[in-house]
Amino acid sequence: MNTEEIKQLAKLSSLELDPEETQKISQELKTILTLVNQLQAVSTTGIEPLFHPIALIAELNQPLRPDEVTESNQRTENMASAPAAHKGLYLVPKVIE
Amino acid sequence: MNWHDLSLTDLSKALRDKVVSSVELSQYFLDRISQHQHLNAFLDVQQERTLSQAQQADLLISKGQAGHLTGIPIAHKDVFVTQHWKSTAASKMLENYISPYDARVVERLGLTGAGMVCLGKTNMDEFAMGSSNENSAFGPALNPWNKQYVSGGSSGGSAVAVAAGLTPMATGTDTGGSIRQPASFCGVTGIKPTYGSVSRYGMIAYASSLDQAGPMGKSAKDCGLILNEIAGHDTRDSTSLNQASPAYLSLVGKNWSDDDTLPLKGLKIGVPAEFFADGLQAEVRASIESALKHFESLGAICIPVTLPKTMLSIPVYYVLAPAEASSNLSRYDGVRYGYRAKDYKDLSQMYERSRSEGFGSEVKRRILIGTYVLSQGYYDAYYLQAQKIRRIIAQDFQTAFSSCDVLMGPVAPNVAWKVGEKSTDPVEMYLEDIYTLSTNLAGLPAMSIPCGVSQSGLPIGLQMIGNYFSEPKMIQIADHFQNTTNWHLLKPQALEQAGGGKV
Repeated sequence: MNTEEIKQLAKLSSLELDPEETQKISQELKTILTLVNQLQAVSTTGIEPLFHPIALIAELNQPLRPDEVTESNQRTENMASAPAAHKGLYLVPKVIE
Repeated sequence: MNWHDLSLTDLSKALRDKVVSSVELSQYFLDRISQHQHLNAFLDVQQERTLSQAQQADLLISKGQAGHLTGIPIAHKDVFVTQHWKSTAASKMLENYISPYDARVVERLGLTGAGMVCLGKTNMDEFAMGSSNENSAFGPALNPWNKQYVSGGSSGGSAVAVAAGLTPMATGTDTGGSIRQPASFCGVTGIKPTYGSVSRYGMIAYASSLDQAGPMGKSAKDCGLILNEIAGHDTRDSTSLNQASPAYLSLVGKNWSDDDTLPLKGLKIGVPAEFFADGLQAEVRASIESALKHFESLGAICIPVTLPKTMLSIPVYYVLAPAEASSNLSRYDGVRYGYRAKDYKDLSQMYERSRSEGFGSEVKRRILIGTYVLSQGYYDAYYLQAQKIRRIIAQDFQTAFSSCDVLMGPVAPNVAWKVGEKSTDPVEMYLEDIYTLSTNLAGLPAMSIPCGVSQSGLPIGLQMIGNYFSEPKMIQIADHFQNTTNWHLLKPQALEQAGGGKV
């Protein structure tokens, strides 16, 4: 994996890597990919993917609930850990000019 | 009185007989936590909060409204969000995060549920990603048997807290071995239940199809008491199983069969050849083999079985877990909660810098790997292929269970290693998870039971893997082992004096 690919991957992951980190991570990812490339040698013809172990345990169905309000308003509590807030709103840098 | 040596049942009796109050008991453990701060087992302790909960528990006891566990202290892995305590998942990203609600596990065990008292939050690998606790943003929890060694991970702090007698019991989570491996490294008992048994509501997510919460304590019986409280359907977790939980202690004390000459007469233990292949340290092998012999002396029969894809569980796991993590961790954007960088020129740079400065290197590696295996052009070769092999791995277990009742082998190929010894090469660390990953991929229950100590004085754990919902049987089997051995009673401080394991 070259530096350009790492940069693209970082962009997709919303991460900013400095050149030194990019270099280090490039090496590490190479080792990890060598490990996971072992998967390519396995024949899986006719095998269905198992996306979730629950499929082996119980019937897989998306549980639904009535569309009713169940939570009380906890705006203050929920916003208490916000890094920047003002009058009940989250603050972010200007998005629209 | 050494309250930290008592079982939950004995603590319960002492509380109900008014030999000790919950306030006294809680203060006792808070003092021990403060005397053992060098172990770095706890990330947040709030004395007054704990004592106020203990007062309320004492009130319940005095009014005769106490349940079996009311007033007994417990520590929670920092991955469970907990009101009034910080919930950081050992990440700088959540360094100051305080949750407005309790995780289901915390709620069920707390004052409105079982009545237990929260002692604080235990250290872990950041976002539960790691096998040594060295990925904690707040430094590793250290192994109480030898502080130069790692505690294991990711539930390292919980294992240390139980092993060092800083709490009678702790909660943990297990995505690829994170309850069993630290339990093994620190000489405590830990259970990862069947996937879907315990609600993930309020558990800071790592890899949702693998994450499962469970107890870590001094014995299988103690762990069963906690499972009785935390298992059960929860509508707030869409993968929570909608069925009645078993009574986890229902088989304890009973013999395996009607033949009452030996307690485990007729129990068929499958011994997977792949768990004893090259790479298993000789001392660990010897301890496991001697534990198996002990089971035979209790009447069990060992049967060779095979789990041919065991080696592949490592690449399968290190595709699937990062894939799920990259998605789960996209929520950390520095807007609604969590760390926000100081300098940025626009919104996207704010996201990128906040995440880059807030996450540690292992977390970033897994996010990048996850993004890679899910990206266009690689999805089929990595992600889909891994999910197919996952099914083969799960089927292999069912084939094995057609000839045995439970599987047994080591938890990990080695005992704990020295702090710093393996932290330079991530893959070297991943390979240590060889025996624990496959059960998470299949969703099976598995546990770790202390079964030996190495020459260097470090604990060794036996792994027992059961079929779905077989936890009551596993606890029954482990309890017979613990009734006839004393490995689980050995303590770090007393190690020099302690001789062999059997009583």
